[in-house]
Amino acid sequence: MLTVKNLEVVYNDVILVLRGVSLSVPEGQIVALLGANGAGKTTLLRALSGLLDIHDGEITKGEVRLRDQPIHTFDAPKIVAAGLGQVLEGRRVFSEFTVEENLRVGGHTRRGGLAEGIEEVYELFPVLKERRKNTAGYLSGGEQQMLAMGRALVAQPEILLLDEPSLGLAPRIVAQIKDIIVQINERGTTVLLVEQNATMALSIAQHGYVMEHGKVVMDKPAAELLDDEDIRDFYLGRGDLATSYRDIKHYKRRKRWLS
Amino acid sequence: MTTFLQSVLNGFAQGSIYALLALGYVMIYKATHVISFAQPALMVCGGLFAYHATSVFELPFWPALIVAIIAGALLGMLVERLALRPMVGKPVFTLAIITIGVDIVLRIFANRYMGPDPRSVPYPGGSNRLEFWGLSISHQRLGLIVVTAVTVAALAMFFRYAKTGLAMRATALNQETALAQGIRVGTMFALAWAIAGGLAAIAGTFVAATGAGMEQNTWIIALKALPAIIIGGLDSIPGAVIGGLAVGLVESITAVYQPDVAPWLGNNFALVAPYALMFLVLLVKPYGLFGTKEVERV
Repeated sequence: MLTVKNLEVVYNDVILVLRGVSLSVPEGQIVALLGANGAGKTTLLRALSGLLDIHDGEITKGEVRLRDQPIHTFDAPKIVAAGLGQVLEGRRVFSEFTVEENLRVGGHTRRGGLAEGIEEVYELFPVLKERRKNTAGYLSGGEQQMLAMGRALVAQPEILLLDEPSLGLAPRIVAQIKDIIVQINERGTTVLLVEQNATMALSIAQHGYVMEHGKVVMDKPAAELLDDEDIRDFYLGRGDLATSYRDIKHYKRRKRWLS
Repeated sequence: MTTFLQSVLNGFAQGSIYALLALGYVMIYKATHVISFAQPALMVCGGLFAYHATSVFELPFWPALIVAIIAGALLGMLVERLALRPMVGKPVFTLAIITIGVDIVLRIFANRYMGPDPRSVPYPGGSNRLEFWGLSISHQRLGLIVVTAVTVAALAMFFRYAKTGLAMRATALNQETALAQGIRVGTMFALAWAIAGGLAAIAGTFVAATGAGMEQNTWIIALKALPAIIIGGLDSIPGAVIGGLAVGLVESITAVYQPDVAPWLGNNFALVAPYALMFLVLLVKPYGLFGTKEVERV
């Protein structure tokens, strides 16, 4: 169980990016976090995983708790050790390393059992086993995404933060990634899924949050969000309103209430 | 032919010193993207640690070498902690200038300790020489070559198989991603400096044991490692070794043949030869022989 209460994040001492975000990720669930570019999704993840520091960001208010233990004061290595893993946006595999070396780095915080951990990841991603000696930078986009996810899983996180795993992947690969996320979840890892691809995210999540301008503006079970008329308009792109550019003024006006 | 082989052998021995120092530069550069100009001072201090261990604590050579490595590593960590850690995130140029300051400060302490006399570390077996195929090499130089080979092999194994070595390489590639895997980046920086300090101490100990001893101007030797890393590529470990050996070889071969072949180049051209080689390599391969192609300003 991960709970975020009233989190406020400031970059460079002046730029207020998160303006009191609260959300909770119950154990064993998949929770989706949606939002347009610049809504603060990645910033929220950075705040959770302790990576704000190197981006000159700072948590100025609020708290993050993992199993009732406040973790917002921890640094990144300590948070990973506490059981929160993150797959960064854009995969970020160590491109000069082999697949296996990448996975070994993922198990850095693990005390013993590294070989078994890597073997489990190979079970989940058989293609990685085939390519274990290959240089990671030469893998395809989908394989790199699997590697990035596998690398985070070697550390056996209790909760996994996924930042846009579908970014830049072909629809068929996205479907594959989606199945893998479900599989990871079924193996007992709680998932917080940040996505632009709302259809994909909401189809596997139990609960969804929508962020805009550094705030959570909507918070509903995923099924209800999928049916929500506004969400369909703004995020799923299959509503009746936004189909014509003639209605663009109307679209903007309607969107304003959300923020 | 014997003359040639003899000069190659001497070149290898001298090149081993350069290779050890060059490895230190590469270690720090890879981890922090800073060229550390403090390596000469670390070498001098390492040599003096060994001198102190042999003359004051009266240890034999090999234990003294171990003491020097440990003390050199600690000194490296101390430099990182006090002078460089507070500057994390500042432009690398600033950091490079700070290392020049560190170099001067450390050398002042070292010079105070040394005084005007050369300090040398006694090597077991004194000036015995090994003779084979008409060649001859002193035991110190042979020891130096063996120690360098073992050190390089150990480092290569460390970076390939050890968890910490892998974490250091990961940090060098991408700090944020390394952090997200739970790697303590600051510790990795400290470790890079510790390894660089230890390597410099090995070089310093052998400089004090083989040549005329450690003197106030011996630090200049360490500057020869700069052409070595530029020849090999700033961020390549094999490059540092090959670059170091290449500089040693070129120097010793030039010293033997240049006075006969090209006397018009004048006396002591051997001292310039490594820089000439560096110049040639830079013309052909601007990133060094094994360096990563990337625009880096230092």
